[in-house]
Amino acid sequence: MRHIISVLLENEPGALSRVVGLFSQRGYNIESLNVAPTEDATLSRLTLTTEGDDQKIEQITKHLNRLIEVVKLVDLTEGAHIERELMMLKVRATGAQRAEIKRCTDIFRGQIIDVGPNVYTIQVAGAADKLDAFIESIGDAAILEVVRSGVSGIARGEKVLTL
Amino acid sequence: MEMLSGGQMVARALEDEGVEFIFGYPGGAVLHIYDALFQSCKVPHILVRHEQAATHAADGYARATGKPGVVLVTSGPGATNAITGIATAYMDSIPMVVLSGQVPSHLIGSDAFQETDMVGISRPIVKHSYLVKRTEDIPAIIKEAFYLAATGRPGPVVVDLPKDLTNPIDKYEYVYPETVKMRSYTPALRGHSGQIKKAIQLLLGAKRPVIYSGGGVILGNGSELLTELARELNYPVTNTLMGLGAYPATDRQFLGMLGMHGFYEANHAMHNSDVILAIGARFDDRVTNTISKFCPSAKIIHVDIDPASISKTVTADIPIVGPVNAVLKEMLTQIRATRTSQGADAGPDEEAIGRWWTQIDAWRASHGLWTAPRYDTETGLIKPQQVIESLYRATKGDAYVTSDVGQHQMFAAQFYKFDKPRRWINSGGLGTMGFGLPAAMGVKLAFPDDDVACVTGEGSIQMNIQELSTCSQYSVPIKIINLNNGYLGMVKQWQDMNYSSRYSESVYEDSLPDFVKLAEAYGHVGIKVDRLEDLDAAMDEAFRLKDKLVFLDVYVDRHEHVYPMQIAPDGSMRDMWLSKTERT
Ligand SMILES: Cc1ncc(C[n+]2csc(CCOP(=O)(O)OP(=O)(O)O)c2C)c(N)n1
Ligand SMILES: [Mg+2]
Repeated sequence: MRHIISVLLENEPGALSRVVGLFSQRGYNIESLNVAPTEDATLSRLTLTTEGDDQKIEQITKHLNRLIEVVKLVDLTEGAHIERELMMLKVRATGAQRAEIKRCTDIFRGQIIDVGPNVYTIQVAGAADKLDAFIESIGDAAILEVVRSGVSGIARGEKVLTL
Repeated sequence: MEMLSGGQMVARALEDEGVEFIFGYPGGAVLHIYDALFQSCKVPHILVRHEQAATHAADGYARATGKPGVVLVTSGPGATNAITGIATAYMDSIPMVVLSGQVPSHLIGSDAFQETDMVGISRPIVKHSYLVKRTEDIPAIIKEAFYLAATGRPGPVVVDLPKDLTNPIDKYEYVYPETVKMRSYTPALRGHSGQIKKAIQLLLGAKRPVIYSGGGVILGNGSELLTELARELNYPVTNTLMGLGAYPATDRQFLGMLGMHGFYEANHAMHNSDVILAIGARFDDRVTNTISKFCPSAKIIHVDIDPASISKTVTADIPIVGPVNAVLKEMLTQIRATRTSQGADAGPDEEAIGRWWTQIDAWRASHGLWTAPRYDTETGLIKPQQVIESLYRATKGDAYVTSDVGQHQMFAAQFYKFDKPRRWINSGGLGTMGFGLPAAMGVKLAFPDDDVACVTGEGSIQMNIQELSTCSQYSVPIKIINLNNGYLGMVKQWQDMNYSSRYSESVYEDSLPDFVKLAEAYGHVGIKVDRLEDLDAAMDEAFRLKDKLVFLDVYVDRHEHVYPMQIAPDGSMRDMWLSKTERT
């Protein structure tokens, strides 16, 4: 099963490499990863998605916790949560396609954020599978470039991940 | 307020930390530090002959004393030479602080002379590491490094010090912190009482229990409590290779070592058990044999300070995270309380335990390594096992014994009966040849009045033989017991068993040095033994020469194998070769 693990990490040089190193060293897979400072400048928040059965995920979270710079972590998939990823695509948009792509973008609640004579740049946000669906509906032929931020997540309701 | 340079801070912090020895080797990036040591530092520095030996010596010191070992090396090759020793310490959870020099801050990343990314290279084999950014941070970082190395599950910590930060000109206020508080690091101080209660119920209801204890019990100073618990219950105890000495080997309840070269009775007891109390052990693949066949009817209680060790390979029925001594103490308290309130009904089931012991004694009598010699005594050759038995007699079972890696290591583990913790010092996790001699140096420096022996092989000893020079500089009179079989014996054993005795690169032709002359060249005493009848006398002589390093070069049966040996792949714990021709 796919898991979204959110980590509060000391905002120090080298901390990220320990997290990434742990995954390669122990043969775990990282599907996506994003990291940025939080409102508390001494902390970064890192979100990663990974695949594995319960035993593997338990080992991953235990080993992450063992890293000295990991302050706290939560497996968001254990409870109700909201997942978002930002994607920007550059697509070939000419002739009749322009209207079609615009319509498709509207359906997915995306925005066209840059326009050229032959291309649109589109921004879509949502859960990873929604972004996949959007890519599918646009079709490979039209897509020139895709950039995705990797998944971020937050728990629903009152639950928070802070110190 | 005291103003110190970075180099002086390092020297002073080591003093303030109560460090007894620095094992190191100088070079460009650490010259400022070495100058500070020279000018004022109460901590003696031991100049090794290779940085790998510095780490093993510090490691041996740490294993014997329980205090972190300290290493100081230069950047680049100094740092990379230290890597094997850091990995060795990491695998066995040994507390160690490694201070490495680094090129000046402004040159980092420029492929400068003797630059290597020490933090990067060591990352997978350290508990934690620091690249120091400001001189002012040195005292706090060193304090943290010692704290991290020694608490929780111990391990090596690297502190990488760019040269410019240690220069003698720039001075800063020096205050050595009294305490450390880290929001991201809070090792457990006690086990969960509810879990312990459940564990006690299971344990008291057991009919075929085994206590399986590992290196964690030694690291966590839990030996006495472990012994108390086992005696309270009259349950059998087996120790891992790393755990030898945690339970007195000469006690009736001790089953010997378990695992790949474990005792028949220990492996059988494990396989047939209904409840296993695993404590400070990690179900290493050299213990369990094929995981899917591991102890089919056992319920498992697993106590460890490191949650990541629990249910890693074998799923625990009752996990308990906590320091072994605190958990053992609470277990004892709860057991006694239960037995006081419920009387005999509380357990253990004495009848069942009695039957269990009858079974165990039968296993022991049939194939136990200590009940009768299981090796061939008729060959007229010196058997490696006999050398260890002779060493045991000569030292009255009370020596510190370090070892290298190979057959000699297993013979030492099987035949030296360790009654005390911290006496058996070997590289179990990484299996590092070259560990024994420098480790013995570290132990002997810590305990100059005790007997310290290094059981080694002619292959392993040559991996750090240069330390004979260090031993001569600092007068470190250890006894080197070389089980000279003229082969990379353990490799040969596998080749005998699995490769039709094709000895691919496990022989040296006629290239072995004359170890007696070699020892003498370094100013030590060398004694060659090639007749069984001379063995005991030579062994006694070696230990009588209190102030001399003695190199005892013993020519043993070249074709002996270590048995028992678990059958792999696909074997269970109780599937073993018992001799070259006999198996379970
Ligand atoms: C640094 C290192 N290299 C290789 C090995 C693999 N290895 C394990 S035992 C062994 C043979 C050791 O020979 P020796 O020291 O003579 O001991 P013996 O087995 O003969 O007692 C080797 C090569 C190792 N453990 N460590
Ligand atoms: Mg040999």
